[in-house]
Amino acid sequence: MDFLISLSRQLKDSLRDLAPVVLVIGFFQLVVIRQPLPDSLALIDLALGLVFVVVGLTLFIKGLELGLFPIGENLARAFVQKGSVTWLLLFAFALGLGSTVAEPALIAVAARASEVVSEGGLIASSESAQQSFAFILRMVVAISVGTAVVVGVLRILKGWPLHLMIIGGYVVVLLLTLIAPSEIIGIAYDSGGVTTSTITVPLVTALGVGLATAIKGRNPMLDGFGLIAFASVMPIIFVLLFGIFGLNLIAGST
Amino acid sequence: MTLIAIFWDTLLDILPIAAIIFGFQYIVIRKRIKHLSQVLIGFFMVWVGLSFFLVGLEQALFPMGELMATQLTDTTFLPELAAGAERHWSDYYWVYLFAFTIGASTTIAEPSLIAVSLKAGEISGGTINPLMLRISVALGMAFGITLGTWRIVMGWPLQWFVLVAYILVIIQTFRSPRSIIPLAFDSGGVTTSTITVPIIAALGLGLATAIPGRSPIMDGFGMIALACLFPIITVMGYAQVAEWLERSRPSSDITHTHSDHTT
Repeated sequence: MDFLISLSRQLKDSLRDLAPVVLVIGFFQLVVIRQPLPDSLALIDLALGLVFVVVGLTLFIKGLELGLFPIGENLARAFVQKGSVTWLLLFAFALGLGSTVAEPALIAVAARASEVVSEGGLIASSESAQQSFAFILRMVVAISVGTAVVVGVLRILKGWPLHLMIIGGYVVVLLLTLIAPSEIIGIAYDSGGVTTSTITVPLVTALGVGLATAIKGRNPMLDGFGLIAFASVMPIIFVLLFGIFGLNLIAGST
Repeated sequence: MTLIAIFWDTLLDILPIAAIIFGFQYIVIRKRIKHLSQVLIGFFMVWVGLSFFLVGLEQALFPMGELMATQLTDTTFLPELAAGAERHWSDYYWVYLFAFTIGASTTIAEPSLIAVSLKAGEISGGTINPLMLRISVALGMAFGITLGTWRIVMGWPLQWFVLVAYILVIIQTFRSPRSIIPLAFDSGGVTTSTITVPIIAALGLGLATAIPGRSPIMDGFGMIALACLFPIITVMGYAQVAEWLERSRPSSDITHTHSDHTT
């Protein structure tokens, strides 16, 4: 019974997430555009799709809260207490990598990016080339988030200043932009924002806050949060590097 | 794609994190998992939920974003063009208005942002007003997206905008109270929820396809990046204003309560 109540509360949260989008688009459709929907888009299909979005998101987040988050947080605490820096860093990397692979927003945007890139002629227009581009893009982003979490954990351990490192990251991004192929720049910059959503943020924040609480002289508020900031700069750097060195590895690229 | 294919693909997507979690738990930490059946049910729900979400995404969210982009840039919808004249960027005002509304409305009601801003208000001991903080994040996000649509209309390179935003972030970082900096950087990530990202991506790609002279690959991306950067700037801006207001207030008991909370 408790389970059903918490599930319905999550359903309400998902609905509240979606409501502004539907209200704003509905308002613009009815008041500003005032045109019938194109034949390819039936209202019933859209409504059904939105039901899928809400039900899916509810199950997804509730499932995370039941399964992944409690063990993830326990593991983070266990590794902090274990006291082995090597294992802690290895775990940090794996956590960042694994959670990014399952991130829904990244799956969606990588698929869109692969279509656009193949239409733009950067890779072959075959289905398999698109799929391998989307897969490799997600892996590059996942590895970069793993690296970002490792750097963030090292920062908490050593007490390095966050803002100087972020600024350093910005400088690297801008320098790489100068030599990266211009087709990859937009995708690279966007990949930074895509990674930090449903799964990665809670898991990685739990690791950071747990770590900052366990180490003497660290403030959870000041030191626990920096991990997300790294996780949104590092993917830009890695995807730009992939654009410079890795694009020709994809089958059928020109 | 068929439903079965999507279910199969998402199974492969959640396999790595499941393997990592269970692997570290059983091989390295070597402890039994408490409530194992509950955990397994949780993973099953993640699998089904992610599959449903992706189906709905393809069927509703992406088409809605693209439809808005196509309709708002349709030549019959835009103001009439004098023969031979080139379209001025201000003709697309409905696009900017739509982008701003979507950005502001999705952010202001975001549950995780509400939680974060309440916590920040508590820690600051009243210097930071949670509602004002939420408004500054929402305004930053809305401004970021609107700027993103304007950039697509103009066709200017994304890196110019990002460069300027980076410089603003860096200047703000050195002028803001130290305690707000991690929170400000965090607020950039908070704004991009799983529902807003696909809508914004579809809007950007749709605009770049529909507006003459723009290409999806060169101009379509970048809105998410700008939507993440500007909240950082507005949050630090708000923190500076709040600090300044606090300092210029003559009453002495406010500074007192403040110092109580900073210990």
